Amino acid sequence: MASVGTVHSGNNVNVRSDQSVDTPQKFSLPPKPSVTADSSLRFKISGLKVFYGPKEVLHGIDINISSHVVTALIGPSGCGKSTFLRSLNRMTETVRQARVEGDILLDGEDIADMDVVKLRRRVGMVFQRPNPFPKSIFDNVAYGLRINGHKGSLSESVEHSLRRAALWDEVKDQLHKSAYALSGGQQQRLCIARALAVDPEVLLLDEPCSALDPVTTAKIEELLFQLKPSCTIVIVTHNMQQAARASDFTAFLLEGKLIEYQPTPKLFTTPSDPRTEAYITGRFG
Amino acid sequence: MERHFEHDLEELKERLLWMAGLAERAVHQAVQAVFQKDEALATRVLDEEKVINEMQIEIDDRVMQLVALQQPMAVDLRFILSASRINNDLERIGDQAVNIAQSALRILRHPQVKPYVDLPRMSELAEGMVRDSLNALVHRDAELAKSVLVRDDEVDHLRDQIFRELLTYMMENSAVIYPAFELVLITKNLERIGDHATNIAEDVIYMVAGRDVRHLAADRR
Repeated sequence: MASVGTVHSGNNVNVRSDQSVDTPQKFSLPPKPSVTADSSLRFKISGLKVFYGPKEVLHGIDINISSHVVTALIGPSGCGKSTFLRSLNRMTETVRQARVEGDILLDGEDIADMDVVKLRRRVGMVFQRPNPFPKSIFDNVAYGLRINGHKGSLSESVEHSLRRAALWDEVKDQLHKSAYALSGGQQQRLCIARALAVDPEVLLLDEPCSALDPVTTAKIEELLFQLKPSCTIVIVTHNMQQAARASDFTAFLLEGKLIEYQPTPKLFTTPSDPRTEAYITGRFG
Repeated sequence: MERHFEHDLEELKERLLWMAGLAERAVHQAVQAVFQKDEALATRVLDEEKVINEMQIEIDDRVMQLVALQQPMAVDLRFILSASRINNDLERIGDQAVNIAQSALRILRHPQVKPYVDLPRMSELAEGMVRDSLNALVHRDAELAKSVLVRDDEVDHLRDQIFRELLTYMMENSAVIYPAFELVLITKNLERIGDHATNIAEDVIYMVAGRDVRHLAADRR
């Protein structure tokens, strides 16, 4: 009697005919799916409130952000997700009349007590529109290294960052060209390389792909996936599908409050809160 | 550009094919348990059913996640939806194999009603349909899948033929009614297995060619 033989993965599927019955031992179980490993906390946030003047824009957020995962923040315009992101490296302080209450602990240490420059080296940021310096590609990446007193080979570090940002192969022969000669997607990856150059523990990205085409967006999402093991990533996006594709955890904010925070597969298949469901099914508003 | 989504698709395919192997083996072993009056073989089929059932749940979870999180398009979307349907047909094939194994256990100690002639032909046909529908899936072969569709009528025909023959045996000798009736049930199970293999073949054609050939006349497929 013929039968389907042992199943292998990939292209090498082995199907035999005219064989006698296989004994059970020849069938091997596919490996159990691996669970994402790191459950340690990077950020512990309690009672976070942000005021712009008298206006309270974040109403007491409590959330723990895990290490070595991608956490996405979604919600309608004005819900406070960018404000929340910027509070993680005290960028809120650049806004006049901004006031922050509550505790943000980075690896157990209150960020309010840290030197803000050192904090921003540990917690890097990439913005919506690519904003390379008016310098060469090389100098864009080297800038942060130089002002932080980099020791060792500068060009090796620059190469390492550009490789991490999946840009090296495209620019390795033109490192001294102006960054402005690059396409939008390349400029954004250059900004990521620049942020990575100082080896941050955390990378914050505020709608990093909204100015980019779908192919470039896919490249950057894939890049985030590859960066995860060495970096904790928090991304704000108004594109729910991006949050679904690219993140491990998703937080849904609405009118300055945290409504729901779940592993991404759970939030997008069986959200607990009806407001979350209304938003992700497009029935909101 | 290689996306980690490809890896997820590959894992789904691996699990589907592995489950397909289990279902095919279950049918074969159940049928052999009948012909060889092999109690151990029949029991093994019953024991392995839960593995098939667990994999059905896991595959459906993966399908759900892939659709929700990755917004698959075109061939990826057709593959994922087909995987979900084939998943269910495989589980049902497993159930039919269990039914056959249970019949095998029940008629173990009964004398054989008659020499098995048509029943092995029918089981070989049904097993061949399962095997070829799964090979069509592995190799994305719409032509092979089409060849499965045309055999379903023959399976149905054999079921009717075997039933009529067993009916005469039952009418002549009431002592064989119990085992003969179990054999009739077995032909029903095999006919259902053929139907599920047909479903799988139709899903393969949809996946590969994007054509929904369900319920079409033979010449329109």
